[in-house]
Amino acid sequence: MLTIKNLHATVDGKPILNGIDLTIEAGEVHAIMGPNGSGKSTLAKVLSGHPGYEVTAGEVLYKDGNLLDLAPEDRAREGVFLGFQYPVEIPGVSNVYFLKSAVNAIRKHRGEPELDAMDFLTLIKKRMKLVHMDESLMQRPVNAGFSGGEKKRNEILQMAVLEPALGVLDETDSGLDIDALKTVAGGVNALRSAERSFLLITHYQRLLNYVVPDYVHVLIQGRIVKSGGKELALELEQSGYALFRDTEAA
Amino acid sequence: MSATTKTLDELAEQGYKFGFVTDIEQETVPPGLSEDVIRLISAKKGEPDWLLDWRLEAYRHWLTMDEPAWAHVHYPKIDFQAISYYAAPKSKKDRPKSLDEVDPKLLETYDKLGIPIHEREILAGVAVDAVFDSVSVATSYKSKLAEKGIIFCSFSEAVHEHPELVRQYLGSVVPRKDNYFAALNSAVFSDGSFVYIPKGVRCPMELSTYFRMNAQNTGQFERTLIVAEEGAYVSYLEGCTAPMRDENQLHAAVVELVALDDAQIKYSTVQNWYPGDENGKGGIYNFVTKRGMCKGRNSKISWTQVETGSAITWKYPSCILKGDNSVGEFYSVAVARGRQQADTGTKMIHMGKNTRSTIVSKGISAGFGQNSYRGLVRILPSAENARNYSQCDSMLMGDQCGAHTFPYIDARNATAQVEHEATTSKIGEDQIFYCNQRGLSTEDAVSLIVNGFCKEVFRTLPMEFAVEAQKLLEVSLEGSVG
Repeated sequence: MLTIKNLHATVDGKPILNGIDLTIEAGEVHAIMGPNGSGKSTLAKVLSGHPGYEVTAGEVLYKDGNLLDLAPEDRAREGVFLGFQYPVEIPGVSNVYFLKSAVNAIRKHRGEPELDAMDFLTLIKKRMKLVHMDESLMQRPVNAGFSGGEKKRNEILQMAVLEPALGVLDETDSGLDIDALKTVAGGVNALRSAERSFLLITHYQRLLNYVVPDYVHVLIQGRIVKSGGKELALELEQSGYALFRDTEAA
Repeated sequence: MSATTKTLDELAEQGYKFGFVTDIEQETVPPGLSEDVIRLISAKKGEPDWLLDWRLEAYRHWLTMDEPAWAHVHYPKIDFQAISYYAAPKSKKDRPKSLDEVDPKLLETYDKLGIPIHEREILAGVAVDAVFDSVSVATSYKSKLAEKGIIFCSFSEAVHEHPELVRQYLGSVVPRKDNYFAALNSAVFSDGSFVYIPKGVRCPMELSTYFRMNAQNTGQFERTLIVAEEGAYVSYLEGCTAPMRDENQLHAAVVELVALDDAQIKYSTVQNWYPGDENGKGGIYNFVTKRGMCKGRNSKISWTQVETGSAITWKYPSCILKGDNSVGEFYSVAVARGRQQADTGTKMIHMGKNTRSTIVSKGISAGFGQNSYRGLVRILPSAENARNYSQCDSMLMGDQCGAHTFPYIDARNATAQVEHEATTSKIGEDQIFYCNQRGLSTEDAVSLIVNGFCKEVFRTLPMEFAVEAQKLLEVSLEGSVG
C-alpha cells in the first residue's frame, strides 16, 4: 500500500528527515516511536503534503502511484488521513457542516453521489457512538473551545466517517487521560480491517497497549534505526532512546 | 406609468433623438458645477420651483464646506469641476452591440455568479431593445402593489406624482447640510427610488431595484426615500451581485428611511461596483450617506450590507432612535482586497426610552486591502434604559492587508447598557491545510471559512440574496490565499 524510499525532507532549509525507508502493507498497523525532534511529526506532515515541508530526495509510492505528486486534497481524497497532533480550530463553521463538506468532496472524487443531509446524519450518528462523542459537539464550530480529549475524539470521528485507506495518527494519545485514551484506541481498533493500514506516531508505549501494532520502528534524527515487533515498544519503555542515540553517534 | 416602462420609453425616445447629431450636444452638460448647471438639471427634469430652491440652497452651503479627511482612506483629491453632473442615458450606438463586444473577464464573472444571459446583457450595458421578462414582471408587481396603496417608483416620478410626500420627507433624516457629500448629492442628485407604504400595510414582496434594473443609469448621485406609515412593513433590496459597468468614478448617494409608530423597514444592500485594477486604478469612489429615523414608538429599522466592490467605500448606515422602544440594527460584511479601502460602520443615536440597537460588523481584508470599522453609539440624556450590543470582527488574509476599528461610545444617561466585543482572526495556512487534509480544495476551504465568519450577517438577508451574497464573496476572494 505504502512504500517510502530514502525519503529526505527539510523545513526552512533545515534537514529533518534523512533517508527513511518503510513499507506498509494493507491491513498492517505500524508504530513509529522516537524522542522529541526526531522527525516523527515531519514524516506525518510530508506524507499528507503540508506546504511547509520540502522533500529533497526519495519517493513515496502509494497504491501504485507517486504520492508526492498529488496535492494535499487529492491525497486525502485518495484515502490518506492525517489525525492532527494539534487539531485546528475553525470558528464559525459547524463541525457537522465541515464534515459533510469533506465527505462529499471525497465522494465526488470517487464518482459517488453526494450524501444529502438525512443520509449524512444517519451515518454520523452511527460513527459517533464509536468514539462516545456528545451530539452537541457536532453543532459547535470545528474544534473551537473543545477540550484536548474532545479534539482527539473528533479526529477519530472524522477518520471513521471518511473511511481512509491509510490513517496516519500523529500523537493522537498525547494529552489524553486514560479513559479518553481507551475511547480513542477503541475507535482505531474498530476501524482496523484487512484493507486499511495505520501509521501510529507516538512517544509512549501506553497507546500500544490498546492498539497493538504489527511493527514498531524507532526514529532517531530522521532515520529509522531499528524495526521490530510490538515487543520493541516495551523494550524502549524500559531502556529509553539513549541506547539508539549512542548507536547513532557511533 | 411604471418606472421601468418610463425609463425604457425614455431610452427608446433618446435612441431616436440621438439619430440626429445636433441633439447630442443638448443632452450633455459640460463638466463643472455651478448654479446654472443645477438650474439646468432641475429644468431637464421639469422640477417644481421649491425643489430647485432646495437644490440651490444645498449647493450654496456645499461651497462653504470642506471635504472630510477623517476617514482612514487615501485617494487623490477629487476635482469636482471635472465631473459632468448630468448625463442622459447613453445612446445605444455608443454601447456594445452584443456580449461579443464585452470584456471576456466580466463575462467570466457573470458566469461564475450564475447570472441569466438576458440579465448579463443589461448589466454589461449592451444595447438591448427591451427586456420583456423584467418589464412584464415589473408591471405585474406594480399592479399588485398599487392595490395595497403602496407607491414604488423612481424619485423623479415621485416628485411629479406625489410632491406633497416628497416635500414632507425629503431631507428630514439627512438634512441638506448634513455633510459634504450629502450636500453635494442634495444639489445635484440624479434619480433613485421612492417608496411609500401606507398605514397598516405589510408590503407583500421584497422591493428591489433589481426590477428597475433598466434604470441603473440613475447615475452617480442617487437619492432614495422610503417612508413606512404606522404599522407598515417593508423589505427593500438594493443593488446586485453582478459587477456593473459604470464610467462614473464618483458616487455620492443619499438614502433616507422614515419609520412611524410600529413600522418596520429592512434595507439590504449588496454593493459590487468596480474596485479598480490591481494597482487600484479606475475604481469607484463610493461616498454614501444612509440614515434611518425611527420616528415612531416601537418602530424598527434594520440595515444589512454586503460591500465587496468600489475602490473607496465611505459609508455609515445609521439609525436615529427617536421613538420610545424603537430598535435599530446594523449587519455588515465589508471586503477590502486588492487596493480597496473601506471605511464603514454605523451610528446609533438613542433618544427615546428603552431604545435598543445591535451592531454586527464583519470586515475581511485581503491582498493590500484596508478595512476600517467606524461606529458611534450615542445615548442621549432622554434615552432611559437604552441598550446597545456591538460586535466587530475582522478577518485577515495574507500579511499585506490591514484591519482597523474605531468604535466611539458616548453615553449620557446612567441607565444605559452598552457592550462592545471585537475580535481579529487570520485565515491561517494551518486552517487551509486542515481543510485540504480532509479533501477540500483551497478555494472551498476559503469559502467555508469566510462564510462561517459572515454567517450572522448573511442570516439577516432575504434568502435569495443570501445565496447570491455567499457566491459573490467566494468569487471576490478567489485566489486570495495560497
